[in-house]
Amino acid sequence: MKTTIPKTKQYGVEDIESPPLSISQLVWLRFRRHKMALVGVVLLILLILFSTVGALFRTEAYGNITDTSIRLQAPSPEHPFGTDTVGRDLLTRTIYGGQISLMIGLTAVIIQIVVGVLIGAIAGYYGGWIDSLLMRFTEAVFNVPTLPLLLVLSKMLSDKIPTIELFGREFSGSVIVITGVIGLTSWMGLARLVRANFLSLKEQEFVTAARSIGAKNSSIIFSHILPNTIAPIIVSSTLGVAGAIINEAYVSFLGVGVMPPTATWGNMLNGAYKYIETAPWTWIFPGTLIVLTVLSINFVGDGLRDALDPRALVETE
Amino acid sequence: MSALLQIKDLQVQFQTIEGTVHAVNGISYDLDKGQTLGIVGESGCGKSVSVLSVMGLIPEPPGEITKGEVIYRGKDLLKMDKKEIRKIRGKEIAMVFQDPMTSLNPVLTIGRQLSEAQILHLKISKEEATSRSIELLNIVGIPKPEERLGEYPHQFSGGMRQRVMIAMALSCQPSILIADEPTTALDVTIQAQIVELTKKLRDQMDMAVIWITHDLAVIAELADRIIVMYAGFIVEETDIFQLFENPLHPYTLSLLKSIPRVDKRIDERLATISGYPPNNLIMPPGCSFAPRCSHHIDRCWVEVPKLKNVGSNHQIACWVDVTTGKEL
Repeated sequence: MKTTIPKTKQYGVEDIESPPLSISQLVWLRFRRHKMALVGVVLLILLILFSTVGALFRTEAYGNITDTSIRLQAPSPEHPFGTDTVGRDLLTRTIYGGQISLMIGLTAVIIQIVVGVLIGAIAGYYGGWIDSLLMRFTEAVFNVPTLPLLLVLSKMLSDKIPTIELFGREFSGSVIVITGVIGLTSWMGLARLVRANFLSLKEQEFVTAARSIGAKNSSIIFSHILPNTIAPIIVSSTLGVAGAIINEAYVSFLGVGVMPPTATWGNMLNGAYKYIETAPWTWIFPGTLIVLTVLSINFVGDGLRDALDPRALVETE
Repeated sequence: MSALLQIKDLQVQFQTIEGTVHAVNGISYDLDKGQTLGIVGESGCGKSVSVLSVMGLIPEPPGEITKGEVIYRGKDLLKMDKKEIRKIRGKEIAMVFQDPMTSLNPVLTIGRQLSEAQILHLKISKEEATSRSIELLNIVGIPKPEERLGEYPHQFSGGMRQRVMIAMALSCQPSILIADEPTTALDVTIQAQIVELTKKLRDQMDMAVIWITHDLAVIAELADRIIVMYAGFIVEETDIFQLFENPLHPYTLSLLKSIPRVDKRIDERLATISGYPPNNLIMPPGCSFAPRCSHHIDRCWVEVPKLKNVGSNHQIACWVDVTTGKEL
């Protein structure tokens, strides 16, 4: 990529006196140079539109109607994505499954951010035995293999949590369980990242300055130090959304994640794996959507990483 | 009238892998209302540590205040709990730091940083704090304060940032302003402006000022009284005129000799103090300055000199009378 130098321009007093670009303007300028990230943003917007606007045309109940007389039908005008093993409309199920998959991704990351930032910030700021305790705990959780834990926990808890209603939709207990489990098993990397940043930031003079005006520890942690480390948190959690979506698909594919009739892209694949060759439409559509979503989130994350890194300022490639 | 701030026998140590660093070794001084006290000495002599411990800002561990009292308006700051000391910080005693480039938070607007102490201590609303902040920026001489409140530190020059720092420190009208080498990171013309500004504000607000520096020229313009520190000890304490006209401690003498002068033609090299400052890990049995002192006598190596009166308002910690070369 080359930056084009603008043709000679007459600079007026206003230009010279104009204030420097704000941080958000700079970030946008740098993000814009990342073509793949822009593609990612567009794709993501389309995917979100697919599962939100799409829901206006088809009801969830329609996607749950089973009719074995039309099972495993190839795509047709009536069922554009075909039907599954029990004759449910796959288009409707990908639309509503997309909602669940995206929502699990976002919610799991919110849990991840809350836990990770809290533990990392407290460990890094206070240091000493608090730090040792929290970091040993983090390492302990790190050492538990995530996938078996996910499988065991979702199997154990899925029938213990009742169905809830939110935004006019019913969510089976398994959705909540899987979101919580994914969130609670993926915060460790973020906690370490935040701790490392806090360790160096707390030695900065502005922290002493903040203490010298009588600021409380909580205010120093959350309103003085945390804003200084927001960039890596944004990048890490963007990538975390992709990770959570993959994890959900993984667990649901193995049949212990979100339980039908609630559709997710993952459990749609679960129903499809016996028909890989005979009815490819059953896995192509949800599979492609997972790949596209994860890919575009990763592109956006990469773009953000470059855009938010102040050292990338001089790099014009 | 008793002093506004009394420091009694303050001792601060740092525990490091190499051993115990004796940063401040039992210093005492008073500060009266409206008075300006200068603390001078070379790097690592305990100037900053002594004032940071007044505010309870020494990182513990590794730091530790092992002895002493800091009496502010009759109360010992060192015995206060965290909540009480937070009410003193910023409201009663405020601080300006050495490097204005690093002591402002780079991601918060100037306006936010200025209003924080006011909202915290004066219990006023955000709007009131904003209008007071505009006033404060006006006082410290920043043009177009309304526009600049929304800007970030990187949009200010070094001198401007130090003005912002001063505005922040003054925002709650403290009775003591501690300035820890506030002009060291600035160039000379800006230094002079900051000194002038501090002088003006001190007189307007009737503040006491503790000004730490290693630049004797700066202190000459500002201070009423001066403390000279060496290796965590106070070696000389006197008023500003005595210090320049009649310095009595060998260390002060050497310091004054090593200032380059523009009014004298010098053909020889500038005087220096030979050797290095002590590392403060080892507490010598005698005077810490003895190894670098040209006046030392036998007693200097075996016994630590105590501060003693050598004139009205003039104390030194030395065994030798530099004018005669004999033991005092």
